[in-house]
Amino acid sequence: MVATLKPGQGPLDYASRLWLKILFGVIYVMLYIPIITLIAFSFNTDKRGVVWRGFTLDNYVKAWNNDALIEAMTNSLMIAFIATIFATVIGAMVALMLWRFKFPFKGSYEAFMGLPIVIPEICMGVALLLFFNFSGMMTAVIAMPWPLNLANIIIAHIAFCFPFVTVVVRSRLVGFNRQLEEASKDLGATEWQTFWNVIVPFMMPGLIAGALLAFTLSLDDFVITFFTSGPETVTFPVKVYSLVRRGVSPEINAASTVLIAITVVATIIAMKLQAPEKSGH
Amino acid sequence: MSEQIVSIRNVSRRYPGGVTAVDDVSLDIAQNEFFALLGPSGCGKTTLLRMISGLDTPTEGQIMIGGQDMALTPPNLRPTNMVFQSYAVFPHMTVEQNVGYGLKVTGVEASEIKRRTAEALEMVKLSHLAARKPDQMSGGQRQRVALARALVKRPKVLLLDEPLSALDAKLRDGMRLELTRLQETVGITFIIVTHDQDEALSMASRIAVMDKGAIQQIATPSELYEQPRTRFVADFIGKVNLIDAAVLGQKGGKVSCLAQGLGNMEVGCEKSTGDKATIAIRPEKLKISVSEPKGAGLVKTKGTIRDVAYYGDTSHIVADIGEGLDLSINVQNNSRTGGSGVERGQKVWVHFDPADALLLTE
Repeated sequence: MVATLKPGQGPLDYASRLWLKILFGVIYVMLYIPIITLIAFSFNTDKRGVVWRGFTLDNYVKAWNNDALIEAMTNSLMIAFIATIFATVIGAMVALMLWRFKFPFKGSYEAFMGLPIVIPEICMGVALLLFFNFSGMMTAVIAMPWPLNLANIIIAHIAFCFPFVTVVVRSRLVGFNRQLEEASKDLGATEWQTFWNVIVPFMMPGLIAGALLAFTLSLDDFVITFFTSGPETVTFPVKVYSLVRRGVSPEINAASTVLIAITVVATIIAMKLQAPEKSGH
Repeated sequence: MSEQIVSIRNVSRRYPGGVTAVDDVSLDIAQNEFFALLGPSGCGKTTLLRMISGLDTPTEGQIMIGGQDMALTPPNLRPTNMVFQSYAVFPHMTVEQNVGYGLKVTGVEASEIKRRTAEALEMVKLSHLAARKPDQMSGGQRQRVALARALVKRPKVLLLDEPLSALDAKLRDGMRLELTRLQETVGITFIIVTHDQDEALSMASRIAVMDKGAIQQIATPSELYEQPRTRFVADFIGKVNLIDAAVLGQKGGKVSCLAQGLGNMEVGCEKSTGDKATIAIRPEKLKISVSEPKGAGLVKTKGTIRDVAYYGDTSHIVADIGEGLDLSINVQNNSRTGGSGVERGQKVWVHFDPADALLLTE
């Protein structure tokens, strides 16, 4: 098919073609209509949440007063926060090692390291459950005070999050000009100073992107959390699942909307932080 | 010659797998010199420079800077600073931070950093851009940042790795002058690596020509041009006609030989070994005339003009003198109307004074 060009239109100006505009439109509608519906129904007065009856903020008040839901949300945020820090540090260190050093079986190590990305979550969930049971951590940890009783879930989340950080940071490091490192040493900096002053700033966009990825992955993880959580340590997705089995209530819509808002704000902050670095190469 | 600042003794750099980048190099560089390492790409000149800076380590030999053996000194503790080919300006820092970096990491006081940074920026005429980030600057400006960043450390030796190769022709000429001027003002030894013979000839006080990891000749620019010791050097520095010759005999400081296509001639030469040699003569030392030239001792031969290339100030002529031998001749276009005065296919005399020719025995 040979498309005829209109005046002022280049052959690569796809965005100005009607069929592409329609396609874009359909894709965005499919992507966002469910989310918009969820948000809209969180303001619905209808108890069953099926028909639109009127605007209200009651659902938010109810969700706020629902201690179990708030507890689950607090747990989720705490887990995501701690897991993100650890996953980012470990992931960045693994990325640095893979970028910097040559060692025997590097290829196999790299493949194994990425395993949590590719293996089915259900397998990882079962494996972690078995591990925590046999090691006795399941019973030991659950008896601890908050937030230590979340340790199992946090460890599980770190385990599946850090490879994502590694992949992001590694791909960033590929573009690093080794002469920058040499210049730093030549100018009198030690290995450690060079790392903090030159390499870390260069990695920063990758670190932020990786951390953000880890945070959102951890926050909404259901399968692995379901297997590794005890009866007392319920996270938000697990709580929502148990509530939904008794029917979708507008309360859940409200809580989910809050979760979406947190994620969006986190993303915006991350992108803002990343913006000045972007121009830096 | 004044005090040696850098001395390199029998330094080699061999890589596992049998590649030798630098092969048994020895040289001395004096205080305040503008020294050039010149050679084709892959000749080991950059490896040698990196070994001086400490970013690479020799597998054999010794490098001394300021009288001290540098074998166990890491790059951050050496009194050398480098201007990298890619400039390697830190992208996340402003110009001022870039220049001050080397002082900051070595614990110089903040007020001192500010003062010296300003001074260095002044020197490379970048004071007005101190707050800029490198991505808002041109290649030439980034190069100045790299230069200021290295000079602010007051090194004993400044190393420059192909500093002009990424600049466009106009900028390069300006920077050449500026580097020489800068070297004279700061009084620091400069060692520059380049593959561009014009760059080396016009800037350096001494040049080491390298090929295949070894030094071919170390000499001043004019010596290198007029007294090349090997065929490689003669060929690499400027244009040259190389003519095979058979050595017939030697008396006094002269060697008589039979040159291909040119007949017998006597050429000055300290000593000649073997019976084969090469006669080297620069294109601008050959002359062309329509009638037979008169003059005692001139070497002359008949030839046919094969090509005339007009360059404005000069014309480059190729003349066929028989036996499949072409000579390159450069002629000054001294009058506005005449041009080179010859045209393709014309029969001419090519002649030169044998004193302008050189006998190469290596």
